Amino acid sequence: MATLALIAVTAVLAVLSLGAGPVALSPDTVTAALFGAGTEPQRIIVQEIRLPRAVLALAIGAILGLSGAALQGLLRNPLASPALFGAPQAAAFGAVVVIATGLADALSFALPVAAIAAAFASVFVLLAVAGRNANLLILILAGLALSALAGAGTALAVNLAPNPYAALEITFWLLGSLEDRSFQHVALALPFILAGAAILLANRNALRTLSLGEEAAQSLGVDVGRLRLAVIAGVALGVGGAVAVSGTIGFIGLVAPHLARPLIGHDPARLLLPSAAIGAALLLAADIAVRLIPATTDIKVGVLTAIIGVPFFLYLIVRDRRALTGGLS
Amino acid sequence: MSAAYLSARGLGVRLGARDLIANVSFDLPCGCLAAVIGPNGAGKTTLLRALAGLVPSRGEIRVGGSDAAALAIRERALRFAYLPQGHAVHWPLPVRDVVALGRYPHGATDPANLPRRDAEAVARAIAAADLGSLADRPVTELSGGEKARVALARVLAVEASVVLADEPIASLDPRYQLDVMALLRDTALGGALVLVVTHDLGLAARFADRVLVLKDGRLIESGPPSAALSPEVLAHAFHIGAFRAEHDGSPVLVPWVAP
Repeated sequence: MATLALIAVTAVLAVLSLGAGPVALSPDTVTAALFGAGTEPQRIIVQEIRLPRAVLALAIGAILGLSGAALQGLLRNPLASPALFGAPQAAAFGAVVVIATGLADALSFALPVAAIAAAFASVFVLLAVAGRNANLLILILAGLALSALAGAGTALAVNLAPNPYAALEITFWLLGSLEDRSFQHVALALPFILAGAAILLANRNALRTLSLGEEAAQSLGVDVGRLRLAVIAGVALGVGGAVAVSGTIGFIGLVAPHLARPLIGHDPARLLLPSAAIGAALLLAADIAVRLIPATTDIKVGVLTAIIGVPFFLYLIVRDRRALTGGLS
Repeated sequence: MSAAYLSARGLGVRLGARDLIANVSFDLPCGCLAAVIGPNGAGKTTLLRALAGLVPSRGEIRVGGSDAAALAIRERALRFAYLPQGHAVHWPLPVRDVVALGRYPHGATDPANLPRRDAEAVARAIAAADLGSLADRPVTELSGGEKARVALARVLAVEASVVLADEPIASLDPRYQLDVMALLRDTALGGALVLVVTHDLGLAARFADRVLVLKDGRLIESGPPSAALSPEVLAHAFHIGAFRAEHDGSPVLVPWVAP
């Protein structure tokens, strides 16, 4: 029931997203233009400018929320998020290298391909460093080291940028945005996002057994090592595909499951779909907000999610401080 | 005693260059409550984890006539129900859903949508552990004794032929200790083989049919309590003596070191 309501809210936001912008369109006009009626400019604005943007906000927000919920289930820790394993940072690094070398201008598809490849590479290195039966503390520390490495690589690329314009382009790209995205971007990101989502959803019931701890889950017939690999691979696919076309959009993966729990409860399996719906709604809303906020320069959506998300992260740490000082189990 | 259901031959677990347990061999029948005792670090938990297939082991484990190593992970999960120490549940799930996780090896992977056979098994386990009034409460809000009973109910819901319980009565008050031991004895009377790791020699003497005594990773004694808890064995394993008596037809044993 709550899931249906969330999906309805997301659908409404998607329609509003098609109407918001310099040329404001009413939901009626949007629906008409979507199905081929309306004036030529209206059809172009809705179908070619705003529809890909709304589809990406929907898909990327959903996979970020889903990934966050899956990782929180895997790690049995409500502070987990995709960024914990360094995948988005690595994807951003891959993309930045392509921008800095000028390859992105020559080959429009080089940017997303590099981001996905780097997300994959970071996960493979993570698994190689941590080993097949590594405990969660080792995974988290290895993820921390990898995100720091990716951050250092990104800083180096900005440092070595051939001209100030390239450095500026990198910096803006890193902020995360859905502006000026076309259906080419959708076609590139969506298969990876869908594959990642399918892997995560297929493992939902095994995630629930992890509520009892890894040993008890294993004794119930869950191959915990395989489950861990599957979740990390699903997150890398989805987040890698997302970062490739949007840049880094943070904290939706962390926040969405927390908003879902009061509605759904704490069951890690039942949280997956509602977290995806809330993630999609959050990113759609944020992407509408950046178009409505009056500012001389465009505010990037990644900046907005971070400004709202980081204080929320701090609030969670303060709220759970007592439990957290017990250490990671 | 009836034929062996669970047999270990030359069972060993190595961690690096160290043997956590070595050359452990025993035969245990169904319908038996076996207490596993021994000093800290003797290898009791390792023995249970090896039987459950949670750590790689050498030697042979046979369960109900089949080689345990040849069983698929889910087949093994149907035969061995394992209760780890600590009774941790990481999310505030309702008690009923936690107990229903015991049906996972049977293919009932969604507590919200249990087939009838599995729902009945969950109801039996909840009733056996006397959790009926708590079934809808979040498990994280319960007292330590209640959590221990939920953990036990989850293990009973598997309805496995072998129950492996690692210190299920540690940190419980005396009343709950007696309740849990009585519940494990009833489970054994129902036909299962129950192995329970405990430091409570008095409860082992009173409830167990068989006692396995581990020391430094070796099985130094295995037999009925009268033999396996003899003064010689206790002196060798723990360097202690014991006060012994009988009450209502049950043996009473209180660890005792002469001043």
